[in-house]
Amino acid sequence: MLKDITIGQFYPTGSFIHELDPRTKILITFAYIVGLFIVSSFISYGIVALFVLGCIFVSKIPVKYMLKGLKPLRVIIIITFIINIFMTSGTIIYSLGPLNVTVEGLYQGTFMAFRLVFLVVGTSLLTLTTSPIALTDGIENLLNPLKPIGIPAHELAMMMTIALRFIPTLLEETDKIMKAQMARGADFESGNIINRAKSLVPLLVPLFISAFRRADELAMAMEARCYRGGDNRTRMKQLVIQKNDIISMAVMGMFIAILIYVRIR
Amino acid sequence: MSIKIENLTHIYNPSSPFETTALDNISFEVTEGEFIGLIGHTGSGKSTLIQHLNGLLKPTKGKILINQVDITSKDVKLQDIRKNVGLVFQYPEHQLFEETVYKDIAFGPANLGLNEEEIKARVVEAMDLVRLPFQELRDRSPFELSGGQRRRVAIAGVLAMKPNILILDEPTAGLDPKGRDEILEQIKSLHQQVQNTVILVSHSMEDIAKLVDRIIVMHKGKVSLIGKPTQVFKEVEVLESIGLGIPQITYLMKMLKENNIKLREDILTIEEAKAEIINWIRGNKNA
Ligand SMILES: Nc1ncnc2c1ncn2[C@@H]1O[C@H](COP(=O)(O)OP(=O)(O)OP(=O)(O)O)[C@@H](O)[C@H]1O
Ligand SMILES: [Mg+2]
Repeated sequence: MLKDITIGQFYPTGSFIHELDPRTKILITFAYIVGLFIVSSFISYGIVALFVLGCIFVSKIPVKYMLKGLKPLRVIIIITFIINIFMTSGTIIYSLGPLNVTVEGLYQGTFMAFRLVFLVVGTSLLTLTTSPIALTDGIENLLNPLKPIGIPAHELAMMMTIALRFIPTLLEETDKIMKAQMARGADFESGNIINRAKSLVPLLVPLFISAFRRADELAMAMEARCYRGGDNRTRMKQLVIQKNDIISMAVMGMFIAILIYVRIR
Repeated sequence: MSIKIENLTHIYNPSSPFETTALDNISFEVTEGEFIGLIGHTGSGKSTLIQHLNGLLKPTKGKILINQVDITSKDVKLQDIRKNVGLVFQYPEHQLFEETVYKDIAFGPANLGLNEEEIKARVVEAMDLVRLPFQELRDRSPFELSGGQRRRVAIAGVLAMKPNILILDEPTAGLDPKGRDEILEQIKSLHQQVQNTVILVSHSMEDIAKLVDRIIVMHKGKVSLIGKPTQVFKEVEVLESIGLGIPQITYLMKMLKENNIKLREDILTIEEAKAEIINWIRGNKNA
């Protein structure tokens, strides 16, 4: 049931990409997202596909596992595809009542669907290769220069760390409570929408209670260990940019350059 | 109702880096009306095993037969199995959700489709079984009760479904000694009254030694020992090697025996041991 959710999960393999500085990976991912919006032809998508496949290969994450992460998003991708098919005006090739399928729509739909797929695959590559702690460390570090203009970098990062840390815990808890209620004859899977919504009460109430209890306990435990926010905190692991990071950024620069070249050619 | 497990294997997160084999080719049988103690170290697969018995988890390999019906086959309705197999989870108080104790205990029976009267009768009975005063607590919120009381409410919630097979996953974890003994005592007396099949999961040999007909010892996803308590306790070396040990009183009797004091070996409780030792002293004096 809940096992299929792989978005945001860390998949340790110790590869070249895993060992990179989190800041490098965050910046590269941003560049990649921007790059995706430069793309305007299927030739460029070919280049993107090669690049992404190359990254997956280097990261040693099974392609099957990556594709599993796309599964929960297939509905969104299909809807995007369909909306684009019908909502774009142009040469009509087929009419369904008031709805028209156009050549341009087909093209646009496929295009957007690919963009979504690449977006998800690329960004999940970031979370799959970076442990949540490293990720938030990286974000905090990147946000630090913005502190003077009032961005609470450390607090934001801490909030993210905690949220990420508790996603699996909450999923586990949900699974456990669901099973416990199913053992008492609760039925989460059948019935109409109203009944299904009602059947969620036995799940949500204990879940919220336990989430609040956890939050409370965590706050207490942090206070007990004298947590006082980000000022003057030192870190056990300092982030350092190394040779591999430079190489990676260079590769990324080349990738973007190629995309721009294909676009303006 | 009888239970038969054949070559049961369960792997969590198969083909991912988090793959764990929690159950490894397990087979055993439980006959109708038996009281079974399931014991094993943390992570030995006890909770995983019992969740298979009412279809909450699907086996990776193997079969589970409840009354000769294979519950892993597709035509079996899981609702029917769950009617017959009651499962009290580890820390069951975390599953409470209703506004009142009454409503929470009534949740299971209501899901069975019983009428109001029958539901009420069952709630009264279940609360009585776990020694909760019905009039006093029925309209209280379960969240303002003490931890031990909440545990009892949760157990009552499963008992009210009157399952033929009752499975309890460490029902006494985190309770004080008195609460622990009371709950175990009530489970035992219920078993004696209605002759249901009971599987009691525990960490503590002390707790289950005097209650159960047979003990199943699990280790790293396998069944390492199975048999009557006295038989199982003979395998001290095996038990110790997997970090379990035997009840202290059994140790004492064993040591006395090693010092050539002839006493019965099948002693599991302090009372029995006391009687036996006094007997032996008297016998010695007379000789
Ligand atoms: N939902 C899950 N996902 C992945 N692995 C799990 C899950 N539940 C249990 N495991 C793993 O399966 C193994 C057996 O766990 P199980 O909960 O059955 O042990 P247990 O005998 O009940 O332990 P305890 O006495 O601590 O309750 C452990 O190694 C555990 O890490
Ligand atoms: Mg357990």
